[in-house]
Amino acid sequence: MTKIMSLDQLKTLRDNVKNKVDLRVKGENVENMVVVRVAMATCGIASGAREVMNYLAELIRDEDIENVVITQSGCMGYCYAEPTIEVTLPGKEPVVYGNVDKAKAKEILEKHILGGEMADGIIPAIHKSLDE
Amino acid sequence: MSCESCKNELAREMYAELEKFIDELPEKRGALISVLHRAQSIFGYLPKEVQAFVGEKLNISTAQVYGVVSFYSFFTMEPKGKYPISVCLGTACYVRGADKVLEAFKNELGIDVGQTTSDGKFSLDALRCVGACGLAPVVLIGDKVYGRINSAEQVKEIIKEYQD
Amino acid sequence: MSKYTMHVLVCGGTGCISSRSKEIVENLNLHIKEVGMEDSVQILTTGCFGFCEKGPIVKILPDNTFYVQVKPEDVEEIVKEHIVKGRKVERLLYVNPTTSDSVSDSKHMEFYKKQMRVALRNCGFIDPENIEEYIARDGYGALGKVLSMTQQEVIDEMKKSGLRGRGGGGFPTGLKWEFAYKNKSDQKYVVCNADEGDPGAFMDRSILEGDPHSIVEAMAICGYAIGANRGLVYIRAEYPLAVKRLETAILAAREYGLLGHDILGTGFDFDIEIKFGAGAFVCGEETALIHSMEGMRGEPTTKPPFPAESGYWGKPTNVNNVETFANVPVVFLKGADWFSKIGTEKSKGTKVFALAGKINNVGLIEVPMGITLREVIYDIGGGIKDGKKFKAVQTGGPSGGCLTEKDLDTPIDFDNLIAKGSMMGSGGMIVMDETDCMPAVAKFYLEFTEEESCGKCTPCRVGTKRLLEILEKIIAGNGTMEDLETLKELSQVIKDTALCGLGQTAPNPILSTLEAFEDEYIAHVRDHKCPAGKCTALLQYNITDKCIGCTACARICPVNAISGSPKQQHTIDQTKCIKCGACMTKCRFGAIVRE
Repeated sequence: MTKIMSLDQLKTLRDNVKNKVDLRVKGENVENMVVVRVAMATCGIASGAREVMNYLAELIRDEDIENVVITQSGCMGYCYAEPTIEVTLPGKEPVVYGNVDKAKAKEILEKHILGGEMADGIIPAIHKSLDE
Repeated sequence: MSCESCKNELAREMYAELEKFIDELPEKRGALISVLHRAQSIFGYLPKEVQAFVGEKLNISTAQVYGVVSFYSFFTMEPKGKYPISVCLGTACYVRGADKVLEAFKNELGIDVGQTTSDGKFSLDALRCVGACGLAPVVLIGDKVYGRINSAEQVKEIIKEYQD
Repeated sequence: MSKYTMHVLVCGGTGCISSRSKEIVENLNLHIKEVGMEDSVQILTTGCFGFCEKGPIVKILPDNTFYVQVKPEDVEEIVKEHIVKGRKVERLLYVNPTTSDSVSDSKHMEFYKKQMRVALRNCGFIDPENIEEYIARDGYGALGKVLSMTQQEVIDEMKKSGLRGRGGGGFPTGLKWEFAYKNKSDQKYVVCNADEGDPGAFMDRSILEGDPHSIVEAMAICGYAIGANRGLVYIRAEYPLAVKRLETAILAAREYGLLGHDILGTGFDFDIEIKFGAGAFVCGEETALIHSMEGMRGEPTTKPPFPAESGYWGKPTNVNNVETFANVPVVFLKGADWFSKIGTEKSKGTKVFALAGKINNVGLIEVPMGITLREVIYDIGGGIKDGKKFKAVQTGGPSGGCLTEKDLDTPIDFDNLIAKGSMMGSGGMIVMDETDCMPAVAKFYLEFTEEESCGKCTPCRVGTKRLLEILEKIIAGNGTMEDLETLKELSQVIKDTALCGLGQTAPNPILSTLEAFEDEYIAHVRDHKCPAGKCTALLQYNITDKCIGCTACARICPVNAISGSPKQQHTIDQTKCIKCGACMTKCRFGAIVRE
């Protein structure tokens, strides 16, 4: 580590490391956040989940969208439809999309996350009923 | 360590370690307490000879060293047991029955506060607050913390862990 | 972009570590690796979350799930269910005791609802051993800001904030800084008092363990304001974890150029070293602390001269307590105006309390000044343990006093507590219920002060001993009404004549309990009874006619004090009875009573 020599350098460092705690800051306020959960088990990753997740993260950062937090889970059980992502709007039930590629991810972001309308490609919620 | 010469050898090494620490101090002024901390961690306690040695090295009187050693509760002039037991008598532990826990240890070990069992295994002390008040009453054995102790049976169980 | 998409925070405070939180971290590492998510899940050991009663705490973000009383064996389920499948582990959630609902978001817990975290802002949120996490939370930003102000501007801002010393006295911090600033000298010192000696208070330790950089930054700010380039932290040797975290923080700050020469290119030099205490309560008093740092017996000296004139090695020295320092960066980041809006007219900001004793939610809490005791005890603390009746709360440690039922709605601040015969002290708050005997509580504190008296001045050395002897006499059932008068009179003499704060406040536990619970003292003296049923010497066990003569009590009695034939009512020989209570515990028929 080279020494911080000025207040400006300190500010730059702060901006660079801010994302270390960003997830926690957002998480403390998760009930007002849109939570996007990407299934990142082996099959998900093999079908491109990581690229989708990184792409979504980039979009959100580039467009300064403050109220979205991206996280991940393991296998959600929809192996036939990987990559899958789950979107939860504040106070709403989670919605799962299957076969999400970059184009689909962009559509979900614009239509569902920002617009509040569901996009196509939703997998009917079955995991909840299986549990109960 | 039964033979006399091994003992001397060990003592010499300990004194050498302490001497090195003192010689390497950037400043001797005001260093007495940190030297005593070091000495106690090397020797386990601060017998008369060690206090005299420290005084000589720091160029202060043994009486002054003794004055400091006897002032602070952290310093001890008695060797501690292999497993030093400290019962917390802070307020939070007190109102949750720490006095009874201390009694149980006294009965179980047959020693009073400040003493060491004849086999050198356990010594018993009381201390004020380790800050684990959520677990009150609390007992420390070495660095290990035992919390929520509320019966003489539990005390027996804990001592049993160290019996072999 | 951080690669982690999930953060698992595990409490690494002393209390939780005692309940095996280190093993929890090990198991997390193991199981997260097992499911192949080690690149995306970050596991962090943080400082204290405060909810010590329910520790160890594990918090998962961004889901904001707060797991309580987690055992190392539970980790596998947390990983496989929550982290992999996104399903919360219901059985580890906190259950609201009144509604029986499980709560996963700590914001909705009664324990946290009324809290406001300023001094503890980063405790339980960041990794205390990682300076970049502190910087990410605007850490050292206040120092940067301060270095572009003049010394007088810094002091004025401090004065405007209204921050008062959190170590006990409540002296205005800005004013203290100004005194040290105005004394010209070639060398000045900033000292952080981390010799937390009040038994039952652990906020300073928690801050040092959970957010050590806030202290480093604040000391540098103070150094700049008063014109000092050397800082010393005087810390208890009994706090090994706090020492380690502080050492790590100091090293990192040096490495990043935030301590040392020419900080942030402004020409300001400042560095910090650690000095160890060795266990003496009186060293919390600033002159005694300074003597101890000089390697001597920690005995206080008369003030004036104040340390601001002649302190460490005779140089101007400013001593502040850990919690006071923890507030300093916030004052400059958010501004004195923001800070002074919190609290009451004369006590600004928040106060950290260590809530302990007979209360459901033991823990470390931070609340705005002016909150009532009722809110603290019933809302945050969850009420009295085992449904017993509230009797008193002791604040201010051995220097403080007891507050009772009638004080429950008094807003808590420095001045109100003093008016009630207690004091803020460092923030220990010990709750007592109907089974606690007040003369015995007073004796407990006097045992402490008598033992901790440094012996320098006679009123404290001899006076506390005499007070203790009288209390022992009363508790043994041998007190006289005259003793009660002597207690009051002697207490007043000690208050007026002792040299330092320790002695002057030592009689407080007696005076305040005598004031509020005089009838209880009288019961001990005149009726030879302990109303709380605590003082063994005054108790008597008796067997009632509920006894069916099963002989169980006679067999368990360690001194053979119980006699009687089978199937006949037994009796206890009071001259032999040692009042151990074994018979009462053993009796299945409730036939043995304690009076």
